[in-house]
Amino acid sequence: MDKPVNQGAWLLVLPVLLIVAFSAILPLMTVVNYSVQDTFGNNQFFWNGIGWYQELLDPSTDLGGRFFDALWRNLLFSLLILLIEVPLGIAVALSMPRHGWRVAATLVVLALPLLIPWNVVGTIWQIFAREDIGLLGWAVNRLGIPYNYTADPLSAWVTIVAMDVWHWTSLVALLCYAGLRSIPDAFYQAARIDGASRWAIFRNIQLPKMHRVLLIAVLLRFMDSFMIYTEPFVVTGGGPGNSTTFVSIDLVKLALGQFDLGKAAALSIVYNLIILAVCWVFYTVMTRMDAQRN
Amino acid sequence: MARIDLQSLAHSYTPNPKGDDDYALKPMTHVWEQGGAYALLGPSGCGKTTLLNIISGLLTPSEGRVLFDGRDVTALPTEARNIAQVFQFPVVYDTMTVYENLAFPLRNRGLRGAPLDARVREIAALLDLTADLNRRGRNLTADAKQKISLGRGLVRPDVAAILFDEPLTVIDPHLKWELRSKLKALHRALDLTMIYVTHDQTEALTFADTVVVMHDGRVVQMGRPQELFERPAHVFVGHFIGSPGMNVLPAEVSGRAARVGGHLIPLRRGYPALDGGAKIEIGVRPEFATLAPAGAGGVPVRVRRLDDLGRTRIARVELSGLPMAATVPEDLTLAGDEASLLLDPAMVHVYADGTLVEGEAA
Amino acid sequence: MGLVLDKVSRHVGGHAHIENVSLTLERGSLNVLLGPTLSGKTSLMRLMAGLDTPSAGRILVDGVDVTGRHVRERSVAMVYQQFINYPSLSVYENIASPLRVARRPKDEIDRKVREAARLLKLDPYLQRTPQQLSGGQQQRTAIARALVKEAQLVLLDEPLANLDYKLREELREELPKIFAATGAVFVYATTEPAEALLLRGNTATLWEGRLAQFGRTPDVYRRPANLTSARVFSDPPLNTMRVHKRGLQIVLATGEHGPARGVLAELPDDDYTIGFRADHLHLERPHADAVALRGVVAVSEITGSESFVHIDLPRTDGGQFGGGADRWVAVTRGVLEVEPGERIECFIDPRRLFVFGHDGRLAAAPPLVMAA
Repeated sequence: MDKPVNQGAWLLVLPVLLIVAFSAILPLMTVVNYSVQDTFGNNQFFWNGIGWYQELLDPSTDLGGRFFDALWRNLLFSLLILLIEVPLGIAVALSMPRHGWRVAATLVVLALPLLIPWNVVGTIWQIFAREDIGLLGWAVNRLGIPYNYTADPLSAWVTIVAMDVWHWTSLVALLCYAGLRSIPDAFYQAARIDGASRWAIFRNIQLPKMHRVLLIAVLLRFMDSFMIYTEPFVVTGGGPGNSTTFVSIDLVKLALGQFDLGKAAALSIVYNLIILAVCWVFYTVMTRMDAQRN
Repeated sequence: MARIDLQSLAHSYTPNPKGDDDYALKPMTHVWEQGGAYALLGPSGCGKTTLLNIISGLLTPSEGRVLFDGRDVTALPTEARNIAQVFQFPVVYDTMTVYENLAFPLRNRGLRGAPLDARVREIAALLDLTADLNRRGRNLTADAKQKISLGRGLVRPDVAAILFDEPLTVIDPHLKWELRSKLKALHRALDLTMIYVTHDQTEALTFADTVVVMHDGRVVQMGRPQELFERPAHVFVGHFIGSPGMNVLPAEVSGRAARVGGHLIPLRRGYPALDGGAKIEIGVRPEFATLAPAGAGGVPVRVRRLDDLGRTRIARVELSGLPMAATVPEDLTLAGDEASLLLDPAMVHVYADGTLVEGEAA
Repeated sequence: MGLVLDKVSRHVGGHAHIENVSLTLERGSLNVLLGPTLSGKTSLMRLMAGLDTPSAGRILVDGVDVTGRHVRERSVAMVYQQFINYPSLSVYENIASPLRVARRPKDEIDRKVREAARLLKLDPYLQRTPQQLSGGQQQRTAIARALVKEAQLVLLDEPLANLDYKLREELREELPKIFAATGAVFVYATTEPAEALLLRGNTATLWEGRLAQFGRTPDVYRRPANLTSARVFSDPPLNTMRVHKRGLQIVLATGEHGPARGVLAELPDDDYTIGFRADHLHLERPHADAVALRGVVAVSEITGSESFVHIDLPRTDGGQFGGGADRWVAVTRGVLEVEPGERIECFIDPRRLFVFGHDGRLAAAPPLVMAA
């Protein structure tokens, strides 16, 4: 069936297309171009084919080893913060007030960490956790627990995980809170009349209603944490040793520290593809789960 | 089993109520019998939902007591009272099947195994839900969902009273008939006290044995549907019940006749002692005011409009310039706008300042 | 002219929301879309407004094809079931908002707002905000805003559904007068047959996305073109029963036989469905020709002015009619006390039946005795 289509609408999309073209597509093409070449400086480039990719994906090479180590660190980090932030965010949302002036007050307090620029968050924690002048580091050491994030990998991990939890749990909590707010009072009243326990209410009313926003929260937090750069860079700089060197940090070292533009380009492409693939898997699993529930 | 006593019950949402206006519910004392079907009927803001919430325990009254079978439950929370409630919008646990929904209140009370299964199936059969037992709650129609909400109340063997808060709001008209007759049948079968809150007179009158009409935080009349219809105790009841409502006309009443704009209307009862200072009105329902051809006796009126309501026809007429509604018999054809209005003297009531005056019987 | 829908369909993801609907709505007319939830009332309104584009068919306004044209380019006003007003604006500014958008001169805005406010009895509340109004007044504000826009097409989607029963009654009575004062095409969706009757005008009965019938409201009520239209336009539900006509005999699903009188007399031998409304199922013999049936009272409902008796009629002739029972509703004036389970005799008047053929079309109907 042919029907008249308003062609003028394309004009409205044009600015976005242009911006995306200049900000994303053109740089991406440049990176693809770099990733298949080698250079020794002087703006001289040599064709290298898929050489960088082969090296990158082979763990026995120097480059591949670095890449896979960083990748596992990334995955571990994402897993840890999801395991902490999601339940914690739900708990915070559940304990938030539903009526009165406290609602506004709680929302403001929760939103505060989200408003702080990432490098400032890094700086705050870098100082906060120092064993000599930082309140946290000093206090922990005084309690008899050895803690020094500049020397001990475990301390470093604890610091950056704690920092991320402090920074982003609010986001999960706010999303969950929005989901909880959409539940009419009648549901809680009915559940009370049905004699439902606190857990039964959570399991049968609150969790199903939060389901959608939780999926979004997990997706956002996964992508964000998988691409983390600024905060650990400011706090630990990837150390001690390489213990907190994530893929993004390694990428910067490679590109700006060693000027290995070809390797860095190949790494960033693979990194990008991994994120896209994981997001796609997440998305399809989520939508399929949603479809099944219906 | 529950007989519900409301003793000097009142509620105010403001902490220190001064005058009458501060009370959402003005002091009242009533007894609602075990096994009765009651309807709380009134416009929004009349206090009917406040009263319902006090009975269900969602709200603690600021004054007075609520007794269930003589036991003071005023301070008890909802879950400690043996009541169930059906809300305006169906509450169904989306992730559970219909079976699990019905089993939920029983599981919460520790029932398991065969007794649980038997009870769930019994209630499902009662509500015609047997075929849907394995379906998920969220895929059902609004009327099925409302049946599940009701079923979760009925399934508990300890339930003494079921409260309904405008339960048919989201139901289509033709299904309303079905659900309403289902409710009626359940009430007969189960010996439960049922309290039904609504603003819809048809729902209230058809459901309840006793209709409690509320206005401005007060109970203005409590009675059988027939009483409310035939002898409204207050002009508000006359107006609120009936569609269109009762005709109320300013009148001078002396002895067994009322004078409205120069016309004499005979009354069945005598009213010798009417308060001189009060505003005197007569009230007659359109159903008891019948139109006849001009010159057929009765009071002459001018016909302004005819409404064909399908089952009946209602004429909008003017009696000495006062607007009234009257019934048009099926076989009557009117010529011109002149007509005669026949009033049933037994159904013409006298009101002083809005309240029914009893009068002396013939 | 007015609004013409020409064989309009809308399919979404393989589902037909609207199927082949043709309607001609005149200027200055009030048209009721009557049908249960999901019968296509809202879908049809969205097509009329231009919020959705039909998958097939054309929409014409005053003879001009506007099928693909966006809602912004059409002259449409809409009132919804929810009371939709600007919460921070006064009633005056709420009503004035479409005129301000259209940059009309100040004195014209003032004149029109006050006129609409007077029509809808809002003059005392012009300076209040919507939250300070009752539900009825909020909806009046929304209707006033739709009126001042002076749109060619005004759509009202169950505008009274969220109001108290008595408020509904009041507005129902006023709306036809208010509509009559303008020259627009009014379309009013409702699920309630009584509302359609009170609003008069024209009625379109809808069922599962299809138009069952369209015509003057009393005509559609008294002469349903098909079984669907009769069902949609009956509250209490339409009483129906399958019957066989064999010569001068009529066989009912309950097993009763009787002479084929009334509207059935002239029909050829065949299987039919008879249908009649609750007020034509009598509990006392209306006249000698009436057919008596025996049933069991399922429920009785007494409103004080009327009694509704629900009667189950078992189908005795299981082989021919497929067992089970038909549930009928009778309405009588006054109070009638009957107990559930009680056996009861009821009467149908062969002169007041609608008879529908295999295809559901009206085969015979009583003469239109009542003047509308």
